Amino acid sequence: MPRSPDKPCRTLNDVPSGRRARIRRHRAVGAVRQRLMDLGLMPDVEVLVVRSAPLNDPIQLQLNAANVSLRRQEAATIEIHDDAE
Amino acid sequence: MPSDKALLVALAGQQNAGKSTLFNVLTGARQHVANYPGVTVDKKYGQYYDGAGAVRTVDLPGTYSLTSFSLEERVARDFLLGERPDVTVNVVDASNLRRSLHLTLQLMELEQPPVLALNMMDVAAGRGIEIDQQTLGRELGLPVVPTVGRRGEGRGPLRGAIRSWSEQLAKTQQRSERAVDYGPLELRIEAVEGLLERAGELSGIPRRWLAIKLLEADEQAAKLLERQLGQVAAQPVLQEAWRLRQAFERSLGIDVNDHVVACRERKVAALIEQVQGGASGRTTLSDRIDRLVLNRWAAPGFLVLTVFLIYQVSIVWGYELTNYTWPILAGFRELVAGVLPSAGFLVDPYVRSMGLWLVDSANTLLNYVPIFLILFAAIAVIEDSGYMARIAFILDKVLHRFGLHGQSTLPLILGGVFAGGCAVPGVMATKGIPDTRARMATIFAVPFMNCLAKVPLYTLLLGIFFVESKSLMMFYISTMTIIFALLVSKLLTVTVLRGQETSPFVMELPHYHLPTLQGVLRRAFDRTWQYIKKVGTIVIAVAVVVFTLLQFPGLSDERQARFARQAQAAVERFDEALVGNPYREIATGENLVPLVNFATNYRRAKLNAGGGEASRAVNERFETLNPEFYKLVRPPRADRDAREANRALRRLAMERKSLRREMKDERIVNSFLGTIGRSMEPVTQFAGFDWKINVALLSSFAARESSVATLGVLFQQDEDQNQTLEERMGAETRAGGATALLAVSMILFFALYPPCLATTIMVKVQTGSYKWMAFSIVFPTLLGLAVSSAVYSIGNAIDASGIEMMSYVYFGALALLLAVGLLGRRHGLGGKRSLVSTQ
Repeated sequence: MPRSPDKPCRTLNDVPSGRRARIRRHRAVGAVRQRLMDLGLMPDVEVLVVRSAPLNDPIQLQLNAANVSLRRQEAATIEIHDDAE
Repeated sequence: MPSDKALLVALAGQQNAGKSTLFNVLTGARQHVANYPGVTVDKKYGQYYDGAGAVRTVDLPGTYSLTSFSLEERVARDFLLGERPDVTVNVVDASNLRRSLHLTLQLMELEQPPVLALNMMDVAAGRGIEIDQQTLGRELGLPVVPTVGRRGEGRGPLRGAIRSWSEQLAKTQQRSERAVDYGPLELRIEAVEGLLERAGELSGIPRRWLAIKLLEADEQAAKLLERQLGQVAAQPVLQEAWRLRQAFERSLGIDVNDHVVACRERKVAALIEQVQGGASGRTTLSDRIDRLVLNRWAAPGFLVLTVFLIYQVSIVWGYELTNYTWPILAGFRELVAGVLPSAGFLVDPYVRSMGLWLVDSANTLLNYVPIFLILFAAIAVIEDSGYMARIAFILDKVLHRFGLHGQSTLPLILGGVFAGGCAVPGVMATKGIPDTRARMATIFAVPFMNCLAKVPLYTLLLGIFFVESKSLMMFYISTMTIIFALLVSKLLTVTVLRGQETSPFVMELPHYHLPTLQGVLRRAFDRTWQYIKKVGTIVIAVAVVVFTLLQFPGLSDERQARFARQAQAAVERFDEALVGNPYREIATGENLVPLVNFATNYRRAKLNAGGGEASRAVNERFETLNPEFYKLVRPPRADRDAREANRALRRLAMERKSLRREMKDERIVNSFLGTIGRSMEPVTQFAGFDWKINVALLSSFAARESSVATLGVLFQQDEDQNQTLEERMGAETRAGGATALLAVSMILFFALYPPCLATTIMVKVQTGSYKWMAFSIVFPTLLGLAVSSAVYSIGNAIDASGIEMMSYVYFGALALLLAVGLLGRRHGLGGKRSLVSTQ
């Protein structure tokens, strides 16, 4: 289904706990982008949003066998595919 | 045959892959920690001997890859390029091979084909992961050694593999091969390689690696090239690489760096497909624990429980333990006192007073050692188990609001969030915080915590001025520090630290491990030893300075002569009283001073001895020491002459004591430190501090412990007096018109007062700058003085009581905190780096 052009691209920040998502691309640049990639957050990788911290931020992701946490601020820079839900 | 030159081995690997544990296994106890030149990253190295000779091993900082984005990665990369180790060992987390192999491929591109230490094999096995080691080794062309660092398994095979791999690498000239096929980028890599070849000789820099880095627009690589070839020769290469980069991105629509990572990932995925079997998607024990421990509602409970347990075990029980260790230290003091030249009648030899002063200073410090051992062990357990990362996860939101970081929790706990700790290990522990700005803010926030040495002063003041509301005041004090710390870090973040680099909170939550006894003890002893070493030397040095400042210039000759005359008169009176007494022979003349010292020592020993048993032991000890003196100190009931002599002796001891006290008082008033203290009165009077308090606060900069000790000196601790400092100080300051308001002013100043000297040294070490060290002294001083002056002056003006003023300050600060926390905007990543590209 084609997305309407004015609707902003969905990011990891929008994925509720317990749901999976497939990474589309990073909006972050430089060190942040590198760090996300190092931790395995690469395009086309599927991640599970495990939970958010008690105060809603940061969030915990699971990919491969590892658990990674990042702030919602950074999660909002990771675009996801619409399909994998 | 041992070779004469030691083999140089570098350990590379990710954080949480067990690299440090394996380093310990490999090198054993002989380790040293230094800094990499110019940066504050620790460089750990050790040495061991295998059959063929010495092997020098360096533990590189934990990195996920070898880009130039983070300090750790730059340090690791520079070491590999600059030192060209004979062998690199790549410590790999066998339970997460997929992510670990990226670094392996990068090491191969750097022409440092590593020995693969497949660590945490037990964890992998526990998760049902099977790894075909032979295929992995064959596909990569690397030796593979399975290890379990936590259990010390695999040391022999790893050492063997290092030796034989070094021999094999020495034989092959050509180390490079294509670790990864970059597909459409290969043509461009070749083009840049060609340019590099024509441009000049590169010493020790792998050409293919450099070509890839230049295409990735790696700034450090560009600088490296400029250093090697010179600006002129390097420029065309850089320009061409940039052009090729742009062309690639235009034609394929993908960033070169992303493409490089994607190719590596493809290679890793293919490898994993070949070598890894078994289930990996099943729910692990860690997941199940997290379901409980990180549960939205249960998490705060677990956190509070953990912090409470640390507090209970280390601070409460640790303090009880010091009851058993203190007699050892006291015994040491007695020992030293016995060795040093004995006291004179009026003036002690400098060697004696200085020696005892030093022992006292050292003892106050060493008294905390049991507490620190337990505290560091408890924290090592939390770190090793993996819970520390969860604490950061839970608290990051709150801390981030105030410019700190989830990982600021550990430094704050060490600094003594509510219970008492020490800022030195606290500041030391900020090293792990990846965000520079948050790290700096944490460094300046930690000293506001309740360090253990602040507690005695609080206790003292509360005992004098707030007997009824002691617990309320203690609650205020212990929770106020964190309020102040958060407010200060927020203030600094939006002002002086504004321009500092920030980086995102992207953190791995490692799987839970059961900490090993050896690992925990090692860490606890290491950190305690660092504390003793770093703090000990400084405290001793400063003790000497303070001693000198208090002793000199001393009394004028005229005053000295007057005191001597008074002493002479007292001795003559004693002499007269003993005329016709059979004990006169042993009590006067040469024996006089030893006798008076004997009597004083006896009384002190009796006071220190608690209970009848110990008291009898003291009697016996002194009787055997000198039976003749003992008769005068403790006269037999039937011996009238001895009792008479004893009365005279007690009178003489009393007169001597008050003379010595007067002298000490005069000496301090006239001393350099007293002069400084008095010269500060015009400023500190607004906070209500007189020169005596100034002197105490000044000396507490040396080490907080000294504040109470100096107050003790200022309020005349006598050798055998049984009145507590609280009683003496209370009587004297109340007589001087001091109020509870002054106490509040002092408490607030002390809470905000600059870190002690040892901490500021640590600030210098961690920030690498004297400027920040000076800042860490000046800023809190001004802040403390401002707050104290405001409280004291306003309190006096509106005639408020101490407890009222304290409540105003507390709730004022709390309101401000809530306002900043709830209304304040979150920090953007507005530092030197922008987070999101503007396109």
